Parts: sequence; C-alpha cells; structure tokens
Amino acid sequence: MDTIDMTIHGLHQALESKQLSSVEATKAMLARIEAVEPQVGSFITVTPEQALAGAEAADRRIAAGDMDILTGVPLALKDIFLTEGIRTTCGSRILDNFIPPYSATSWEKLRDRGAVLLGKLNQDEFAMGSSNESSAFGVCRNPWDTTRIPGGSSGGSAAAIAARQATATLGTDTGGSIRQPASHCGCVGLKPTYGRVSRYGVIAYASSLDQVGPLTRDVTDCAIMLGALAGYDPKDSTSVDLAVPDYVATLPNGVKGLRIGLPREYFIAGLDADVQKAMDAAIETYRRLGAEFVDISLPHTDYAVATYYLIATAEASSNLARYEGVRFGHRSANAEGLIDMMTKSRSEGFGAEVKRRIMLGTYALSSGYYDAYYVKAQKVRTLIMNDFIKAFADVDVMLTPVAPTPAFKIGEKVNDPLQMYLSDIFTIPVNLAGTCAMSLPAGFSTDGLPIGVQLIGRPFGEEAILRAGYAFEQATEWHRASANL
Amino acid sequence: MSISVTDVEYVARLARLELGADEKEVFAGQMNAILGYVEKLKGLDTDGVIPTSHAVPMENAFREDLVRAPIGVDKALGNAPQRSGSFFNVPQVIE
Repeated sequence: MDTIDMTIHGLHQALESKQLSSVEATKAMLARIEAVEPQVGSFITVTPEQALAGAEAADRRIAAGDMDILTGVPLALKDIFLTEGIRTTCGSRILDNFIPPYSATSWEKLRDRGAVLLGKLNQDEFAMGSSNESSAFGVCRNPWDTTRIPGGSSGGSAAAIAARQATATLGTDTGGSIRQPASHCGCVGLKPTYGRVSRYGVIAYASSLDQVGPLTRDVTDCAIMLGALAGYDPKDSTSVDLAVPDYVATLPNGVKGLRIGLPREYFIAGLDADVQKAMDAAIETYRRLGAEFVDISLPHTDYAVATYYLIATAEASSNLARYEGVRFGHRSANAEGLIDMMTKSRSEGFGAEVKRRIMLGTYALSSGYYDAYYVKAQKVRTLIMNDFIKAFADVDVMLTPVAPTPAFKIGEKVNDPLQMYLSDIFTIPVNLAGTCAMSLPAGFSTDGLPIGVQLIGRPFGEEAILRAGYAFEQATEWHRASANL
Repeated sequence: MSISVTDVEYVARLARLELGADEKEVFAGQMNAILGYVEKLKGLDTDGVIPTSHAVPMENAFREDLVRAPIGVDKALGNAPQRSGSFFNVPQVIE
C-alpha cells in the first residue's frame, strides 16, 4: 500500500515495525501535496520545515521506544486552530498576517504525542459557509469532481483526506462543518458532544455551538483521534470533566440489539434519490447485523435552521467585535480617527458572508428585536433539545442523512444565502442539542459522488456511534474507495 | 416586517461596518429573505419555555488565584498593527 493511502493505525504498524520512517512518510505526503494542490486547493499554508523537523523528532522517539499511536503520523489542521509561530488566517484577509503567540490545546495534545504538522487547511472565512467558497484564500475543490464544492466550512480538512494529502485532519463543526464536508468527500467526520474537546485556541464563531473534531479515513482512526483530543482543559471553562473512555477498545462490540431511531422528519420530500438509496441500503445493512429500528419523531426539526441562523449570527456578531485593528489583524491605512479606523479595518478585512452574518446577528441583538429574535430562538432551542432527550429515552442512536444532496457545483448557491443555509438542515439540530454525531461513507451517487449517513448519539455517547460506525464499516467497502486524482 | 436600506445603514453603524451602495441593496434583499424565513418561529408557542444559552449545564469555573507566568509584552504586542514601546498605538481617542 502507498504511504499516502494509509490510515493512522496502518501507518503506525509500518512505523513500529520499521518498514518506514516518519521522515519517509512525511516526505511522501509533502510530495503528494505539491503534486495535487493545484487541482484541489486544500491548504492555505504548507509547513514543510516544521513537518520534517517534527518527523525527525518522531523518528528519534520511535528509535528510543517512546512511541504513541500518533507518533510520526502526518496531520493537517483547519486554519482556525492557533499554531504558535505559524500563520493562522481562519480563511480571512483580516488575519492575513496573524502569527499566534500560543497554540490550541487540541493541537498541543496531538503534537505532544508526536504527530507531525503538514500545514493549515482551507476553510470558509471564520467557518461561515457550507461550500468553502467564502475562503479569502482561493477555491477548494472536491477531489471526486473538481467542478464541485468539497463542502464547508471544514472543506480543506475533508478534501485533504480524499486527495490523500494528510493521514488525518482536524476540523470544527458549528452547524455541520465537519460532517457535511466529510459526507461530500467520502471520509469519516465526527462532531463530539459540546464540552468533550477543548475549544481553547480555536478562533470563535458561535461559542455555544462550536466543537472540535477529527476527519479520518476510517472509524478506527476517528476513535484514535477522539481519544487523543477529548478531556477537560482548565483553559476552557466549558470543557467537561468526564473520564475519557478507550474508544478503540469497544469498537468491535457490534450492534446486535442496538436500537436505532429513524426520525421521520429527516425523510422529507425533496431528499435526493441517491441519498435515499444510500439510506435504505444502510438500514438494510444494520438490520442484517442485528440492529433494531424504531420510528421516532423530532417534531421541531423544521425550526432548526431558523433557530441556528439567529443564535449563531448573534454569537458571531459579538465574537467578531474583537477584530478592530488595534491588537492584531488588519488595520486600514486610509482612516481618520478611532471609529473610522475600526470601521474601515473591518470593512476591508471581512468578506461578504462574514459581513452578512455580523449584520444579521447585530440586528437580532439590537434594541427592540432582542426578545423577538434572539430570546425566541433560545427558547426554540430548548424545544429542539427536549425533542432529542425524549427520543433518546427509546433508542441508543439515530440514523439520518447528512446532507439532502451530494456535493453541488462551485458557484451554484453562492448568490442565494438562504438556499445555502438550508443545505445544513440535517446537521444543525445536533449542534443546537449539543450532542454528538458522525458522518460515515455509505455509497455513491449515479455521478460517482460520495454520500454519507449520519449516526447521532446521546450526549457523551461517542462510544455508541463509533461502535455502530465500525460495525457498518466492517460490513461495507465504501470507506476503501478513493478519488481518482 | 421589512428591512429598508436605512435599516441596513443603522445596523452597519452598530456593527462598525461600512457598506457600498450596491452592498446595502443586496444585503437589504438578502436580510429580508432570511428574516422572512425565520418568521416561522413566531408561530411556535414558547410561553413558559426557559431559553437555552448552553447545551451543557454550566456553573462558574473557579480556580486558585495563583500567579502564573504571563505571555510577555513582546509576544502580546507581536501582532499589533502599530505599537509604541510597550503599548498598542491607536488614533487619538479624545478630540
């Protein structure tokens, strides 16, 4: 097997048995990045020097017998994760020259285990988007069909896996930004429960919804990455102090007797025929494996997108107030006085989608509209959470589509933000409820585009969805397919 | 409920954004479409429902009040667009 095709666990075996060094694996990845990057555009910044230094250090650790499962594994991070001394843009011109003075906890955890950093990945500006088209650093294309979007906002994180430019990547998910691109690019993507992984050093979009998670080639890798990332962080007061289970150990426990809920609101008219077909086949596979299906209802599903676009934009308008041209980021050269400097710096630095969301959020929080929009949305959020609590009284996990259609064409929805927002209809409710969910490769469209299905778990029930995902993967071959690039 | 170009200008001022004439028109149209869509929330009875600000119940996270090594002035000012000595430089605030 080619080095660039390897999983984390496969590469670990090769490194451990000395068939391969981390420097060799890293060089192979850097060569692959250079070869296909003009077609894909997954990266904003490639860091070959850091990568080779990291790989050499990993090889020394391996030679000394001080080896972790992630030691020597080449990874890449969405450009939303702060990396000390390495430019971090969050996909925005306003942070064009930003060099973080410290690193995100999630990256520190991976680095301390000996993971190698290949670079920083393309994304929608400030993680606002479903197609990666709002990035200020060029188009990112879907490796399965380069006329199509990779999904967003973690588009580069998914495209880099599909294009075999990294063994695994990190993304963030506020309304589906890990799961939807994972589905469109044929990889595994997990959004952990809110509070499971530290958000320290992750540039904030909507703080009550943002969560860090891995994108990987298979479910075993996903379990490995979650185990490394999860846990309480004193630097993030919203991270939760709960023991981290051994996610890999329980993967083979199977799904016999597992109760899987099918929320009827997710099987709507207008669901793409190929997506429906993949769902039907997934249900059939789980039946064969001994799972039981239960029809359930999440009655407030239809209100989720509206709720999300009020809460997320309100939080964004507040979070993005920090970009004022004083402490870091772009400062306008054409301003007179303090307020004008702030206004011009922001207007020159932010792109259209970010401005639109700041405007919506500012409106929803403004005097006279706060109760009608923001508080109303927070109340509906309670109803949506209660839907999940009730439904989970009767089932262990839920199975749903990830996105209503396979990846759409670049430019197709760019002038119609509302249509773009509605493509997140199946992923947004999970963020509002704060629970966990995973996208899993489950088939292809007639055009050869990957289609994912979503497993939703109880809060802190990552073990159950990983186990169910692993059982599905053992019974199917979808995750082994690779883009012809 | 309809957003006019004047409303867009008011909100832009609150958000410290400067929009071109074309941008104002486009944003007014798009904000109307999106706010028209979220109107559907008004049809839901939420009397007595407690608003959710965080999915996980949170309490204040206290820690020991200990002195820790600070990040240092040079690192903290490393990204400042303009600095003078150990300060951020800003345009005159009080006229």
